[in-house]
Amino acid sequence: MLEIKNLHARIAEDGTEILKGVNLTVKDGEVAAIMGPNGSGKSTLSYVMAGKEDYEVTEGDILFNGQSILELEPDERAAAGIFLAFQYPVEIPGVPTMNFLKAAMNSQRKARGEEEMKTPDFIKTVRGAAEKLGISMDMLKRSLNTGFSGGEKKRAEILQMSLLDPKLCVMDETDSGLDIDALKVVSEGVNALRGPDRSFLVITHYQRLLEHIVPDTVHVLYKGRIIKSGDKSLALHLEENGYADVIGEAA
Amino acid sequence: MNTHPNITLTAGETALVEALGASANPAAAVTAEKIRARGLPTRRVEPWHYTDLRSLLKAFPGVEGEWGAQVDLPQLIDSFVITFANGSHVEGELANLPEGISGTASNSDMAPPEGVVIEADTIGDINRALSANGVSLTVADRAKVAKPVSLVHLAAGGASQVLTHQVVVGEDAEAVFLDRNHSSVEENHQNIVTNLAVGRNAKVTWLVDQELDTATDRLAQLNVHLAEGADLQLLILNAGGRLVRQEVHVAVRGAGANLDIKGVNLIGKDAHIDVTTTLAHEEPETTSTETFRNVALADGNGVFQGQIRVARIAQKTDARMACNTLLLSDAADFSAKPELEIFADDVQCAHGATVTDIEEDHLFYLRARGIPEREARALLVKAFVEEVFEDLDYEALSEVLTTRIENWLDRNG
Repeated sequence: MLEIKNLHARIAEDGTEILKGVNLTVKDGEVAAIMGPNGSGKSTLSYVMAGKEDYEVTEGDILFNGQSILELEPDERAAAGIFLAFQYPVEIPGVPTMNFLKAAMNSQRKARGEEEMKTPDFIKTVRGAAEKLGISMDMLKRSLNTGFSGGEKKRAEILQMSLLDPKLCVMDETDSGLDIDALKVVSEGVNALRGPDRSFLVITHYQRLLEHIVPDTVHVLYKGRIIKSGDKSLALHLEENGYADVIGEAA
Repeated sequence: MNTHPNITLTAGETALVEALGASANPAAAVTAEKIRARGLPTRRVEPWHYTDLRSLLKAFPGVEGEWGAQVDLPQLIDSFVITFANGSHVEGELANLPEGISGTASNSDMAPPEGVVIEADTIGDINRALSANGVSLTVADRAKVAKPVSLVHLAAGGASQVLTHQVVVGEDAEAVFLDRNHSSVEENHQNIVTNLAVGRNAKVTWLVDQELDTATDRLAQLNVHLAEGADLQLLILNAGGRLVRQEVHVAVRGAGANLDIKGVNLIGKDAHIDVTTTLAHEEPETTSTETFRNVALADGNGVFQGQIRVARIAQKTDARMACNTLLLSDAADFSAKPELEIFADDVQCAHGATVTDIEEDHLFYLRARGIPEREARALLVKAFVEEVFEDLDYEALSEVLTTRIENWLDRNG
């Protein structure tokens, strides 16, 4: 599904190198967790995957199902099946959530040469998916993320994820700003989407989220490199001992 | 009298003086002499600082232009339509006005309503000198006029259209007026002054909507008097024209009166659009809000001047003004000038003006969901301006105005 090879990336504006040779492979259906202390490059990795222009890739490649995505625009990557669940979903006043969802779904369909969805089918689909996440239709009539609570924003991200049906979900600190109830709802939403054809890259600072979304593999990102990989027991180890000894080992 | 010009007149001034010379109205001679002596206002005249009329008024076509061309008027909402074509009343028998409202052809009393004071009143001077037509409408006390009344002004074939309207809304009455302006491709000119008096506890929605062609100039004035408890929602949509100056002068003269102005200026190629408002709060406990959203593209030029005066006795005034602009090109320009003159001590006045570009984070979010850049930008521009016309007092207008804005952005964006 995903192959990141010797990826180097820097901040376009000031040239600060953040990613310094990331290597990572995620198989079909795999849930891979990326953990790491603050400032290790976790969010940068997610933005580089999604194609944010603030970052420049200087070396290496990202292969998605064997094809490099580095030359693709953010919307082309989305249409290809890569979804980024934002750590801080932006509020966009004046764009009703329903209109946004329709524009997103139909843009992706169009890009893939599929027919646009008819309004009644669209509403039915959204209603079904929203119900599962405890999102009311009233909330969807409001402007996108505007005035939503932290939990509502994250649920709205998962709703988009389920509607857009991506192949690879990159989840950037989805647990930040969530209380335990909201965390459960969001995790259940993600678990319901797990399947043999869909992979996840779950980026998190804490092990807490991984109790709910149990990963197949765990990777530690530190100073722009993966310094250790393992299975879910690695996350538990980090929870108990902190990052210090893993960092010490790698040094 | 000095018969020699004191200054060299521009082509626009020369044409205007000629038109004034052809009028038998004594006021025309006075205005002509003023222009011969000093010219039209330049940026040195404070209220015209951002709209140098002398250099911007390129032409003033003859007052009696031929009416021939077809002018497309976009459908808005069902209404009783009174149409003026090049200044002649061509549609809408005043005898058939909706119940509760009566009308006559007007020309008698053309002074602004009581309490309205206008500095450097060039628009009014030209209007008083050349106005040949207009309507006088009266809404009876307590009448709730169900059907909106449209005042449609069409200019075509290269003509000037100078009109004066008088509208008086009685106590406890309710009415909706749509002031609509369209023109043909030739060089046309509009000078339209409307005097509106809103009676005690009356409620009025007034829309000024122009989508003039790109060679039409428009100088317009809406002069308003609000009585005790009167409530006016004024909507302004500027979506065309070459030189456009829309003045709004309001005397808030009754306690408890409320004024809400919502405006959208869509400023395209070669357009200069100026909205100038002066609000005088002269009684205690009155409120006003002004919300403008502007989009300027290509070499479009926009101006907003908002003056709020609060008299010494007008305690508990609550006046708020906001003007936000999206500049979509480097050559586009917008000037905003808020001006507060407050003589009372217990008031709330706020003003804010911003000029921005589309937020990159918003754009990235939409693109990360698969929406191509061009489409994502269009969505954000629409969202920025359309917000103004959400939840209007007269609900039916929200959707049609939104559609008008979308169509304009699709064509010009």
